[in-house]
Amino acid sequence: MAPGEILWRCLGERGFAISSFVWTRDLVVQRFIVIRAFHAVIALLAVSLIIFSLARLSGNPLDTLLDIDATEEDFARVSAHWGLDQPLHIQYFKYLGNVVTGNLGESIRWQGQDAMGLLLQRLPATLELAFFSLLVSAIIALPIGVIVAVKKDTGIDVAGKIFALFGQSMPSFALGLLLMWIFAVQLGWLPTSGRGSVFLDTGSGSAKNLILPAVALGYFQVAAIMRLTRSSMLEVLDTEYVKLARIKGISETKVIWKHCLRNALTAPLTYFGLILGGFMTGSVVIETIFTWPGVGLLAIDAVRAKDFQVVQSVVVLFAGIYIVANLLVDILYAYLDPRVRYN
Amino acid sequence: MANIALARRLPLPRVAVMRRSLGAVRRYPLIPITIMLVVLVLPAIFANWVAPHNPRIGSLSNRLVPPAWVDAQGEGIFATPAGSWTHPLGTDKQGRDILTRIIYGARVSLMVAVISITLAGITGTILGLMAGYFGGNVDHLIMRLVDIALSIPAILLALVLAVALGPSFQTVIIVIVSIFWSRYARLVRGETLSLKHQDFVARARVAGASNTRIIARHIFPNLVNTIIVLATLEVGQVILLEATLSFLGAGLPRPTPAWGLMVASGRELIVTAWWVAAFPGLAIVLAVLSMNLFGDWLRDRLDPKLRNL
Repeated sequence: MAPGEILWRCLGERGFAISSFVWTRDLVVQRFIVIRAFHAVIALLAVSLIIFSLARLSGNPLDTLLDIDATEEDFARVSAHWGLDQPLHIQYFKYLGNVVTGNLGESIRWQGQDAMGLLLQRLPATLELAFFSLLVSAIIALPIGVIVAVKKDTGIDVAGKIFALFGQSMPSFALGLLLMWIFAVQLGWLPTSGRGSVFLDTGSGSAKNLILPAVALGYFQVAAIMRLTRSSMLEVLDTEYVKLARIKGISETKVIWKHCLRNALTAPLTYFGLILGGFMTGSVVIETIFTWPGVGLLAIDAVRAKDFQVVQSVVVLFAGIYIVANLLVDILYAYLDPRVRYN
Repeated sequence: MANIALARRLPLPRVAVMRRSLGAVRRYPLIPITIMLVVLVLPAIFANWVAPHNPRIGSLSNRLVPPAWVDAQGEGIFATPAGSWTHPLGTDKQGRDILTRIIYGARVSLMVAVISITLAGITGTILGLMAGYFGGNVDHLIMRLVDIALSIPAILLALVLAVALGPSFQTVIIVIVSIFWSRYARLVRGETLSLKHQDFVARARVAGASNTRIIARHIFPNLVNTIIVLATLEVGQVILLEATLSFLGAGLPRPTPAWGLMVASGRELIVTAWWVAAFPGLAIVLAVLSMNLFGDWLRDRLDPKLRNL
């Protein structure tokens, strides 16, 4: 179901007409959505305020912008150009207004480019990496999660647990370097760094460039997804309708992979926000190791250059995606599960 | 209800008891965990006596010596010397002994973990108790703060702070505390909500106890296990986060012997001197692994209802 459709249905367009039961339900959902959306806006504002003040704490950007022999007049002229001579709260509100209109200010490090343009330039690389690493982690984690749930308390279950534990205990940069050492340095199969793409022609590099970063970033999430799948599978395996399916003589394969897995997959949805957060954090590290030209690398470069326009844009973007995604998950849940909205 | 209570108190059949304890031993390799913890914690405490060399001073004539078991390789200018037992795990670019730096690194990691988790735990517990106990606007305000803290990606916050305040021990602590307090607050609030409706709280209030007294003497003691379990489970995560921050250059400053920094300095040497990055990386994995296993074991012991943490 598309998010738009969910919103549409939650807002009760259909409910008023059909029956009073649906009407009350949709009213409760509406109230829930309004409250949650309000919270999300407050969180976004607070995040932007925190980041704004932190970025300003990082010292006077004019010191890095201007030469040592710059005169007082140069300082005044340049700070007027960037709006740095205004009081801080005016700068913040101006910034906020610009954010809403999609104008995130001009970059200081990359002169003449606006932060939004830089972000949009870098975003496809990060999205592609995130997409493939999500694919990698889903391909590895879902089947293993199902199998360890079915084979609960056997050697396979223990092996799966150990595998997941290593996933939780291995820092992503160490895994990235290990993979780089094995597949790029020792075997020479894959390149160590640079951007390649499956969808776009990037000039240099090929889809091969994507493999190592995607695996390194994806493995990080494998443990989490696997554990979630395991616990929700265990819950589903214990239900009456699964017993009924078995009694009816449906083959075990079909019971597990069709009847159970489909139902078990709704639970990890709640943790989508958590997993998304992990990908963002991970992408900064992995992009740095493999010099993948995405938003994460942009953030690190910008921080090193004290380019606060770009830094706050990246952080507001990441936090914004995170907050909005969690809001959508909550709304979806309120619609699917009555217990949530009455709490 | 009476029946259930009675049934719970009945002793389990002996076979069941035996099977359960056997299962517990099998599920938690307690001896290996203890050994790993001892190997980490003891050197960290006694680093000055245990470490064979000085962690900050090396000799340039001994740079990039490989681990003891590696033989001399190559010829001419590409030749690498054979390892020796003076430097069991080899040396880095500045000729500093890697084993020594790993031992001191354990101390650094543990210190960051203990200090930041203590601070985050105290802050989070107090705020969580207030939110859960008083409810209303206090609760709303604190829970919004929790939402905000949870919605900021830790690494980006650290990068901005590292530039704002400069990378230092304090910066790392600030980053970790400002993210991790929210987990305690959320957990403690939930537990407090369910505790405050219990009879013993109502009776304490009837007996004339003040809010402070009820929180401190009646609610808090019931939360201690939960908090200890959460704190233990978080040690591994904090070590990971600190290592990642140091690796990115936003954590502890050079030349602190921090594991993350050591891996970072081994990054460009990955083709020629793998040991510079490999052993600190292994140290991180072992430390976090043993802490996670230990936390799991402690959770099942003290507070099994936290399974989903």
